[in-house]
Amino acid sequence: MTGVPMLSLAIVLPVLGAFLLLFIGNRDGSKDALIRNLTLAVSLVTFGVTLALWAGFDQSPAAESFQFVERQPWIPTFGIEYFLGIDGLSLMLIVLTGFLTPIALLTSWESIETKVKEFSILMLVLEAAMIGVFCSLDLFLFYIFWDILLVPMYFLIGIWGYDQRVYAAIKFILYTLAGSVLMLIAIIGLSWMHHAATGEYSFDVLKLYALDIPYSTQYWFFLAFALAFAIKVPLFPFHTWLPDAHVQAPTPGSVILAGVLLKMGGYGLIRFAYPLFPEAAAYFSPMIATLAVIAIIYGALVAMVQPDMKKLVAYSSVSHMGFVVLGITAMNVQGVQGASYQMLAHGVSTGGLFALVGMMSDRRHTRAISDYGGIKKVMPKLTAAFLLITLASVGLPGMNGFIGEFLIMLGAFKWDPRFVVGAGLGVILSAVYMLWMFQRVFYGPVTNDKNKNLPDLSVREWAIIGPLIAMSIFMGVFPNVFLKPMEPAVTRIVERVQAHQPASARLENGELRPGNPAPAAVRIPTGGN
Amino acid sequence: MFSNSFDAVIPVICVTLAALVVMLAEAFRGRGERMPLGGLAIIGLVGAAAASVLLWNRNATSFGVMTADNFSIFVNLVIITVGIMTVVVSSQTIERDNLPAGEYYATLLFAIVGMMLMAQATDLLLIFLALETMSIAVYVLTGIRREFVQSTEAAFKYFLLGAFASSFFLYGVAFLFGVTGSTNLERVGSVIAAQSMSGNPMILLGVGLLLVGFAFKVAAVPFHMWSPDAYEGAPAVVTGFMSTGVKAAAVAAFARVFLSALEPMVTDWAPVLWVIAALTMVVGTVVGVAQTSLKRMLAYSSIAHGGYLLLGIIAGGDVGKASILFYLAAYALTNLGAFGVIALLGTRERANDDLRDYAGLWHSHPALATLMTMFLLSLGGFPPTAGFIAKWYVFSAAVGAGYYGLAIIGVLSSVVSVFFYLRIVVMMFMSERDARPVPPPITAVAMAGLAISLAGVLYLGVLPARVLDWAQASVGTIF
Repeated sequence: MTGVPMLSLAIVLPVLGAFLLLFIGNRDGSKDALIRNLTLAVSLVTFGVTLALWAGFDQSPAAESFQFVERQPWIPTFGIEYFLGIDGLSLMLIVLTGFLTPIALLTSWESIETKVKEFSILMLVLEAAMIGVFCSLDLFLFYIFWDILLVPMYFLIGIWGYDQRVYAAIKFILYTLAGSVLMLIAIIGLSWMHHAATGEYSFDVLKLYALDIPYSTQYWFFLAFALAFAIKVPLFPFHTWLPDAHVQAPTPGSVILAGVLLKMGGYGLIRFAYPLFPEAAAYFSPMIATLAVIAIIYGALVAMVQPDMKKLVAYSSVSHMGFVVLGITAMNVQGVQGASYQMLAHGVSTGGLFALVGMMSDRRHTRAISDYGGIKKVMPKLTAAFLLITLASVGLPGMNGFIGEFLIMLGAFKWDPRFVVGAGLGVILSAVYMLWMFQRVFYGPVTNDKNKNLPDLSVREWAIIGPLIAMSIFMGVFPNVFLKPMEPAVTRIVERVQAHQPASARLENGELRPGNPAPAAVRIPTGGN
Repeated sequence: MFSNSFDAVIPVICVTLAALVVMLAEAFRGRGERMPLGGLAIIGLVGAAAASVLLWNRNATSFGVMTADNFSIFVNLVIITVGIMTVVVSSQTIERDNLPAGEYYATLLFAIVGMMLMAQATDLLLIFLALETMSIAVYVLTGIRREFVQSTEAAFKYFLLGAFASSFFLYGVAFLFGVTGSTNLERVGSVIAAQSMSGNPMILLGVGLLLVGFAFKVAAVPFHMWSPDAYEGAPAVVTGFMSTGVKAAAVAAFARVFLSALEPMVTDWAPVLWVIAALTMVVGTVVGVAQTSLKRMLAYSSIAHGGYLLLGIIAGGDVGKASILFYLAAYALTNLGAFGVIALLGTRERANDDLRDYAGLWHSHPALATLMTMFLLSLGGFPPTAGFIAKWYVFSAAVGAGYYGLAIIGVLSSVVSVFFYLRIVVMMFMSERDARPVPPPITAVAMAGLAISLAGVLYLGVLPARVLDWAQASVGTIF
């Protein structure tokens, strides 16, 4: 490429920024403003780097499968390498990370008042680790980034969160860790298998793809990987850490958690679990898809009855991420494309919802739906923004949520139409709980006197929500801008997985049913809302 | 084979000389006169380290009972590092607690002599002598605060149980001698290998007794009962020293005996050790969760870490042995750092080692709280610290040897252990300081010691390749 190690740059920039902050003395809080500006600047430059990656990315199908590759021996005795590279899928998630971090930082400007320096350092370390996760092609390196980022998140929730923060923080870290250590055993096992087959250790994913793993081993290794990712996604019934973590996390933490961290689960399934263990994946897919459909419906039903806005949005994440998993289990181009797209869309719209809920609770110090009502008259601008993001989240055609869900259902239909029935129900329910909440919070008379004189969106808040709204609409109208770079990557992975699966397991895929109206028909009720 | 070369003994001689000089200096010390005894100790230790480095790759042996192969040199260097760090941190606590400096440093050095001998010995009798040299010195160190009942009780308990364990060990040696006619590891090994002795009850008894003796010294469950009490009663610096140095020496000798002389009987002892290792990891972490004293908590944590080390012994092979060495290095740096922080926060009246004492430490001592967090993360096995690489290495050895079950028990118990390490972090960062007195300020020397410890932890965590290669090179030649 150009000679500049762009991926390393994207990882190192935030770390350097964090390092710089270490040397700013701020015990009395007098330099808070400087630190905030500096951190924002660093994250914006990092975003610039991720955009430069996109600009330099060769999207043609003939291009190299992994670009911007960097490869350095790290622990040569065990074949561990500092091996980075991105395909379209990782590129998009990295750009998402770069896009959401400055927004999350902006949401912190008023909600985080103590220990601003430490907060900023942790956010930057978190960003670096997230980018690292998405571009590591060495499993050992991937695992390291995957584990590192638990630590800053743990502190973000535990120090700056709400009342139950310590419980939520520990639950978050233990759940995620419990899943990922078993994956570590499987990773180690893979390296030994590579050693047995070729005489040398390797954690290189591309080499491990080529490994011929017996089915009995795949079975266990797939379970270990899938558990780690299912907890992260989170898939029902491994989701219970999520509502706690989300509700207790400070707004910027929630934005990053929902926007990026959950996507690592989906990414891991697509990048590692399925292509590494295709036969086992074929065996488990129907079970995982069933769990995904349960997650979609269960998440929606639980969201519907939440009295707390933040918890509602958290459960809606369970439901939306269920779609992602469903798309992945379908393992055809539409399904995986849809899942990838849904991850981006969910990052933008749920990030937006958490930001908006955060703005409201900054003003009123409550997140209970019943404490609001008639807010439309008091804060019309915020209401408009909230409505737009809500519509994006429920999947109104023309906005970002629609494309992903539609593709996922298309893919799932090609695989097994039964799953689509449940998923379609979830789409309807999502409209119900979101719009019902919207109605209770924003319409009707102002019943609570404390709500009478709330200031509307400030310039800073526009800077947070403006880009998110713009992106929601842009993604809905021009999905190809995002789908096209991902397409070669997705096609490669799907072909790889399908090539290894018994033909009988995939019979349905032969029968494309173009123009089948079923998914569109399911959409109609929501579109009408 | 009975060479009269003194080469292999030189490192031990350096430390012994330093110990003697410290004793003499103390004897001629005027009342109230201050002497740089710690400095003397460090000179001796650095000399030993230099001698060890010069012996690298030479495979020197002395008198047919001692070797200076790379394995023992690696362990020696770990032990010497432990010694130097202990001396550095002691500089503050000795004065604060009004401990007898001369006796303290001399005993410390003699304990180190015992440890180094243990790592270097190739004869069961010498291992026993080394074990006793080390143990007796450590009993004394445990009870060095004579005015504290708790300290004396701990020392006495440790002494009684330790004496039992030593006699078990000696009894085992006797049985092995009875069957094989030698106490030399190489001879014992060759006799066992030559005649199939798997079913011989005498030798099984001997191996079993040795196993108990070693298990006791590495504090493996169910022979761990002494360690929480001893760790809690001893001054925190000594606890740090015991939990790393004693463990390193005992594990080194354990590995040497069981992976060389007794290797032919691996099918006999491996299942037993499997159970012991699993129990050690599980009990160490689960009981650790229930502790409220930091010293006890870390005592149980070090029991659990002993379990991970046993994993390396069970796995065996070059990877297993090398993983033991790397784990010892990583664990020593980390645990010394953690105990160093505890030691520095104590006062003469109170040890300040209750969990509540750490509430809001971040607000009063931000640097110390950050250091402690890094050490705890390393103990919990988070990247990018030494603890992660070390754990990965032993688990990798276990998986490579086919012990998936044990590896899974290991990783799950390490998740549980994260819970109690994080309890400390929660106290330091997420709780408000209550009305207790603010801990004393920390001297620059002690702080520098901790900072170096952290640097080592991060070095082993981020750029482990070089030390990993050394560890690999340490096991190639010997067994």
